[in-house]
Amino acid sequence: MLSRGGCSQEKAGKLQRLTHTSSNSASRAAGLAQNLPSREKLLWMYERLTLIREFEERLKWLVETGVPVGAVHYYTGQEACAVGVCAALEPGDWIASTHRGHGHCIAKGVEVHRMMAELYGKTTGSNRAKGGSMHITDVRVGMLGVNPIVGMGVTHAVGAALSAKVRKTSQVAAAFFGEGGASIGAVHEAMNLAAIWKLPVLFVCENNGYAQATPVEYAVSVRRIADRAAAYSMPGVTVDGQDAIAVWEASAAAVERARRGQGPSLIECMTYRYYGHHQGDDTGRYRPREEEQSARDRDCIRRFREQTLDQHLLTATELDAIEAANRKKIDEAVAFAESSPLPQPADLFTHVYVPARDGEQK
Amino acid sequence: MTTTAARELSFGQAINEAIRQEMRRDPKIIVMGEDVAGAAGRAHLGFVDAWGGPLRATRGLITEFGPERILDTPIAEMGFLGAGVGAAMSGLRPIVEIMFVDLIGCCYDQIMNQAAKMHYMMGGQVELPLVIRTAYGTRGGDNRTYGGGAGAQHSQTLYAVLAHIPGLKVVVPSTAYNAKGLTISAIRDNGPVIILEHKFLGLRAKGPVPEESYTLPIGSAQIVRRGRDVTLCGIGRMTHICSEAADSLSAEGIDAEVVDVLTLSPLDEGTILESVSRTRRLVVVDEDTPVCSVARELFGTGA
Repeated sequence: MLSRGGCSQEKAGKLQRLTHTSSNSASRAAGLAQNLPSREKLLWMYERLTLIREFEERLKWLVETGVPVGAVHYYTGQEACAVGVCAALEPGDWIASTHRGHGHCIAKGVEVHRMMAELYGKTTGSNRAKGGSMHITDVRVGMLGVNPIVGMGVTHAVGAALSAKVRKTSQVAAAFFGEGGASIGAVHEAMNLAAIWKLPVLFVCENNGYAQATPVEYAVSVRRIADRAAAYSMPGVTVDGQDAIAVWEASAAAVERARRGQGPSLIECMTYRYYGHHQGDDTGRYRPREEEQSARDRDCIRRFREQTLDQHLLTATELDAIEAANRKKIDEAVAFAESSPLPQPADLFTHVYVPARDGEQK
Repeated sequence: MTTTAARELSFGQAINEAIRQEMRRDPKIIVMGEDVAGAAGRAHLGFVDAWGGPLRATRGLITEFGPERILDTPIAEMGFLGAGVGAAMSGLRPIVEIMFVDLIGCCYDQIMNQAAKMHYMMGGQVELPLVIRTAYGTRGGDNRTYGGGAGAQHSQTLYAVLAHIPGLKVVVPSTAYNAKGLTISAIRDNGPVIILEHKFLGLRAKGPVPEESYTLPIGSAQIVRRGRDVTLCGIGRMTHICSEAADSLSAEGIDAEVVDVLTLSPLDEGTILESVSRTRRLVVVDEDTPVCSVARELFGTGA
């Protein structure tokens, strides 16, 4: 049984229900009966879950066959976290991401062909080849940036939430960070700011157990990172990060609270990365194989499929069609990236300073 | 531009007026920092605006613009400067005060890796209209001491570690007049600009400042005194030392030209080179430590 942290909890019973780890599908079904995403949203969630998986698996294959895509941190295994959170957001909301950010980008709606082109270092990339894997950004869809300086994206999400509050919009911002990032001061400073200013922020900690090769039980002082919410007078909840619907439900409650002006929440998603910290990292040097297998046994995509099929929410035909369409989409993304032009040397020196807009008074 | 008769304002008052006038014309501008107002949340006890920043440059803004736009922050430079970066990416134009430049170690990543590089790394898709204001240098200078007794962690210059970063504009005003114009230009700039405000000038300098809003170009040095024999190059307060030196030299028959650098990055190499090409001699007066310094950069430019 996972614990619930934080204080001033609302809907305690409801949140408590989210924290179970029971593999009993009957109790899972009972738990979900009253609160499910719409059918349309469920289809969207499966589409994004499998698109992320397809993107990362193809990327891994490309890396291993020698395609120079730079440093990459595969999101494989953690898909339910990004998709569950983004399913609770609106297009106008913001997210800020971590070095392991491809999943967040896809969940928020960054186009995969522009992501792939960015990884290939092509001018058609999301960042015109100036970012690469660790900086993918698309502000048009509310994606404020993959950010590999651990914890910094969290402060930027708080800034976006401050912007929403000052401009009096209903936008919320979700800040993704890992259990490794939970130790950096920036995250704590950001949480305190969001709490004292009652900013509309979701702090989403993806606890995958390892910061590179450092295990969470060594590096983190509390048993549950959600417990730290109490230090900032916000609700904190630990959810099963392999269950996209559970993540969605916790996120939807936090989003509702944020839009009501009641401030931030902390959601800890217990998850696992299937591969190493980055491409080529040998996890056998720091993780037991049985632990890795146990995580794969709880695979979030298979689980989502079982949940939705067992409860007759979606059909196998629909889900299979989504997977086939995603394979095609990634084929096209790779072809787009391969056929796009490389930057020219002179491009190194553009975008250093932000120009004045046309006609702007200086 | 038509101007009214200029009043005398202090350096801090000039900056205050720049921010106030810009905030009136653009509701997206906010001010954040430690005690930029002071006594936050104590209005019900009759306490408002207790501090106003180290140079009192933000005093009084909260009474006009309210706590929604004048935000006192906890002591969390990395956090609130990061919030400023995020806000600048999402529709606001924040002015963030880092009380003293000595504190940038607490938030250097937000300057070096975040604010300065966002536009570049994101392929130009975001603007980052962020102003960072920070006080630098020593308080002293009453002909007895140039120190001020604040010690090695509250007296630094540090502009070299800022000017080194591509994408960040580094501005050092020297008078009340150029402090107002450069502050307005910085606020209107769509990218990150850091303004270093000398503590001595902030506390002591006064000068004529037009009431109207006006801008001065970032990236332009200014020749403040014409001369034939030698170019004296000053930054911030040191420009005044250069002018004093030029007076002394004049008594000895040496005709010195004084260049006020004003913007350290991007550096106005043209003005400096033009001056040195006429005088053939360059003296840089700098209060920073010499290794890898802006002074050395100026020498390199003039060599």
